Amino acid sequence: MLELQGVTMRFGGLKALDEVSFRVEPDRIVGLIGPNGAGKTTVFNLISRFYHPSSGSIRFNGIELTHLSAHEIIGKGIARTFQNLGLFPYLTVMDNLLLGQHCRVRTPVLLQALHLPGARHEDRQMRVRAGQLLEQVGLAQLAPAYVAGLPYGVQKIIEFCRALVARPRLLLLDEPAAGLTSAETEAMAGFIRGARDQFGVTVLLIEHDMSLVMKLCERVIVMDFGQVIAEGTPAQIQHDPQVIEAYLGRPAEEAPHA
Amino acid sequence: MMEILPQLIVSGLAAGSLYALMALGMILIFKTTDVVNFAHGDMAMISSFVALTLMRGYHQPYWLAVLAAIAMGFVLGALADLILRPARNAPILTLLIATLGISLMLSALGGHFFGYQTVSFPYALVGKPFVIAGVILTRHNALALGVAAALGLGLFALLKYTSVGTAMRAMAQNRLAAQLMGVNVRRVSTLSWGLGAALGAVAGVLIAPVVFLDLNTMITVLIKAFAAAVLGGFTSLLGAVVGGLLLGVLENLVGGYLSTQLQTTFVFLLIIVMLAIRPRGLLGAPVAGRRA
Repeated sequence: MLELQGVTMRFGGLKALDEVSFRVEPDRIVGLIGPNGAGKTTVFNLISRFYHPSSGSIRFNGIELTHLSAHEIIGKGIARTFQNLGLFPYLTVMDNLLLGQHCRVRTPVLLQALHLPGARHEDRQMRVRAGQLLEQVGLAQLAPAYVAGLPYGVQKIIEFCRALVARPRLLLLDEPAAGLTSAETEAMAGFIRGARDQFGVTVLLIEHDMSLVMKLCERVIVMDFGQVIAEGTPAQIQHDPQVIEAYLGRPAEEAPHA
Repeated sequence: MMEILPQLIVSGLAAGSLYALMALGMILIFKTTDVVNFAHGDMAMISSFVALTLMRGYHQPYWLAVLAAIAMGFVLGALADLILRPARNAPILTLLIATLGISLMLSALGGHFFGYQTVSFPYALVGKPFVIAGVILTRHNALALGVAAALGLGLFALLKYTSVGTAMRAMAQNRLAAQLMGVNVRRVSTLSWGLGAALGAVAGVLIAPVVFLDLNTMITVLIKAFAAAVLGGFTSLLGAVVGGLLLGVLENLVGGYLSTQLQTTFVFLLIIVMLAIRPRGLLGAPVAGRRA
């Protein structure tokens, strides 16, 4: 479904990604993990077309993404969330979710402004979809609220909904559980699994909460210093010596004392 | 003295509605792109001159000339967006100075093509004024109020009810995320600039008969529109309308009771006082930590 091949990304003299290649198979929940600075978010920004790779190819369902603009990505079926929230704080929750469906609007602008029946019908459908999704996550009553005043955990869920409401084929989640309480993390895990089971969405997620990754993901890709160092099932990853070294450093007797 | 009060207010509202129209265009541009467009007055000036040239030089009808002015406004706005695009990530102060540069360029071009003399500009409607309870409302002023109201409501509907409008509001808050939602930020930015400057062109052709037209009259109008926007809070469309009307009325009261020579001084005074005591304006949202 998604295939990165030999993707290298240089920022000036710094090589943020070095020949990164991996595949994401459809209908999977895949974790992308690694220490801070490993290049995980850079991978997301390349797929979102915020960055252009120095070399390499990124294909999604046979389409070369590196030829597209950032705003064309969602139309191809890829939605994402941000590490530090990418919501529009001074729009309502409903407006945020309507924007999530921006790529699907078909009515010409003039007709929308005039509030004609055709436009109203499309608008109502989008509102219904957004409402149903909010209902499912138990936040229906927040639709008219401005995002800015809402608790962080709630905003995280709303951003997730906004990504999902676009009916993507692939969902990129950048640390969906960061900053959440364990109860909220539990709920978020349920929503992510639900998105896959109910809507058939493939999920690629960056996460530092290892218990969540191990519980949720069927495949895990591990990155360190801009390279993919391991790939496999959660169980395989947990016992991979390279992964253990990347995360915990070398065994104590080898490590230099501070 | 009191008997002229209603008249001063009504005339003030008519003038104020045009300041509001000018301010709405500036705010639309500011809201979506973070740029305060100081070339707004010169864009209106060029657009108005285009209309005048079509009428005087090519004997075209008024409505066609106005349509051409609106089209010209749109083109100038869109061009400014293209010119500023390479500097999109520059600090807002830099962008503001860049619009001053565009203003000077347009002024020079205006002088080259249209000359430096002050010329009269035809009214949209002539004929017997309406007299309501002793208050005179000229047909032109009635039209100005009507057009400003219609365009103000239209802009509100555009921003509130359309996907492009929501995209404009979203873009102002988080450009990257807006792109992720599939918003073509370049196109929306160009559209905002075009629409904003087109609104300025409408204001221009409606103000020109009153203030006459030369290279600089629109700058004075721009300053008043700017004051209206500051008064209203610069981020609020409704604020611009309230600010514009209020300014028009207050300015007229100053002119009627004190001295017409103090009118412009009063406008500057109002900007300073407003910024000092309530920088967010009457209806603006509090803004903190904008990159400067």
